[in-house]
Amino acid sequence: METVLALLTGTMVAGSVFLMLGKNLVRFIFGLMLASNAVNLLIFAAGRPDTSRPPLIPQGSLQPVAAVANSLPQALILTAIVIGFALLAFIFILFLRAYQQLGTVDTEAMTNSESGNQDTAPSERPRP
Amino acid sequence: MNGLLVAPIIVPFAAAALALLGRRRPLFQHVSALTVAAIHLVAGGWLLYQVHHQGIAVLHVGGWPAPFGIALVADHLSALMVLITGVVYGAVVVYSRAEISADDIRRGYYPLLHILVGGISGAFLTGDLFNLYVWFEVMLMASFALLVLGRTRAQIKGGVTYVVINLFATLLFLTGLGMVYGMTGTLNMAHLHLKLRAVADPGQVAAVSVLFLTAFGIKSGLFPLFFWLPASYHTPPVAVSAIFSGLLTKVGVYALIRTFTLIFPFGSSGLQELVLAAAALTMITGVLGAAAQSDIRRILSFHIISQVGYMVLGLGLFTPLALAGAVFYLLHHIVVKANLFLISGLIRQRGGSFALKRIGGMYARGLLALLFFIPAFSLAGFPPLSGFWAKMILIRSSLDSGQFVLAGVAAAVGLLTVYSMTKIWNEAFWKPMPTTETAIVQNRVSVWMTAPVVALVLLTVCIGFWPEPFVQLARTAAEELLDPMAYVYTVVGEMR
Repeated sequence: METVLALLTGTMVAGSVFLMLGKNLVRFIFGLMLASNAVNLLIFAAGRPDTSRPPLIPQGSLQPVAAVANSLPQALILTAIVIGFALLAFIFILFLRAYQQLGTVDTEAMTNSESGNQDTAPSERPRP
Repeated sequence: MNGLLVAPIIVPFAAAALALLGRRRPLFQHVSALTVAAIHLVAGGWLLYQVHHQGIAVLHVGGWPAPFGIALVADHLSALMVLITGVVYGAVVVYSRAEISADDIRRGYYPLLHILVGGISGAFLTGDLFNLYVWFEVMLMASFALLVLGRTRAQIKGGVTYVVINLFATLLFLTGLGMVYGMTGTLNMAHLHLKLRAVADPGQVAAVSVLFLTAFGIKSGLFPLFFWLPASYHTPPVAVSAIFSGLLTKVGVYALIRTFTLIFPFGSSGLQELVLAAAALTMITGVLGAAAQSDIRRILSFHIISQVGYMVLGLGLFTPLALAGAVFYLLHHIVVKANLFLISGLIRQRGGSFALKRIGGMYARGLLALLFFIPAFSLAGFPPLSGFWAKMILIRSSLDSGQFVLAGVAAAVGLLTVYSMTKIWNEAFWKPMPTTETAIVQNRVSVWMTAPVVALVLLTVCIGFWPEPFVQLARTAAEELLDPMAYVYTVVGEMR
């Protein structure tokens, strides 16, 4: 089980690095999604997924009688998924806005499009 | 008393909720923000008082004992950082009254600011690695939104760089955290201090600690991972860039200090040399980058980087005096740097621009010249201002450790900082006002903007003339960091 998870995580990280290194922002988002899922899998694997028995304590005893699954990694992953989802929603909107304002999703074109002129303008923000 | 530990976290979040309720009433938002910043400051002061007199404070949230539950811990370093956060928070909230436009307030400036401060305080106080990750995310989320609030092209462009690199850093942090959990089965920092010693393979521990070094290095703007910072910090409103410059990279530095004293103490791993080299290169590249800039806020942004180098130098030397120097430098730098950004806003009000080419003749405004002069030359390390003592402690401790090259670099970078500050001084203050310029020049600067600057300047002067209490606090913090057994014992108690 752990071998499979390790291979899967490695493949996902490789794919995500490939996507993130491209200069297209849309590719970057997909790379980021893949990478965050890979990290979630890594946390899951770190929790020793030897058994799938639910961590329930039978009535009358104070601790589980047999080996049970470790539930903490799942709690951590759940938190990471929720946070990751919020960040993803934000980053989609930000990149959409960047595309609308700068007219491109190519990071190189973005850098070249306006080096300096916008930053040194006398009033950067429209003052009310 | 330990229940008070949640105050610096809960209070800003309550304020955020309150500010959202009164979204259409700027005055209500401002008054509530002022009140909350005052409460935050008092809570920080009280926390430091308690920690100083009664030792490290710990709160097991929800009554779950460590290492099972999440612990909030305040030692000297945490308490000092929370207090200084309160100082900057207060200054920025006052400043925002005159600087933040009605549009930005309608878009939720105040709630975001409160959430940002809540996240920062949480990061300083938590004793749990996963909880630290959550606070980082809270903080990042608020900072992303604050950065692009004005929706200008420059902001969006800087925002993309900032968001991308910070999300990547967070992923590295999460990876390291998962691996640490896999090796030890715990995420409580104090418990990790004990458990990681027992890990059989030191290579594994060293590999994971590099993940943490990289993640926090990106957050704090360490060489060669700093490029996102000057790309974004000059774009938002002045109040926002002031709180970013004062606190955000410093949370990264705090996390580095905490990680490499408590979780992975330097020693066997070869990381110490790496950190020292990175610190030296950070100082040099930051200050050289600043020399090439001609926009006040860009110059100041590059100086954040070079100053972070000094703090990391203190961590890398890893002696009691050096760590005390790093803590003292943090305190001095947060006040001075946030203040310089606030002052850049005053200069813009008077001269109409941040670009040095477009402004001049500010020497006629005596007060403004004085207000700039003190923090600028404190940053450069002129005696008897606060930066002098900070630099002196660090250079002295480098010499004590036999690191003569590093001491030389630190001194030389101080000189180059003088060059940058003199450049701003010459261009903005001495040079006559360019006649071609017909920018909107306001003759009156709101007292809301001047008052926090004056207060922070007075604080700088105070630290400069009476450094003794601050140095003492920094030394106590350094002792706690170098001998974490008291911290560990307070948090996990007998169960070792």
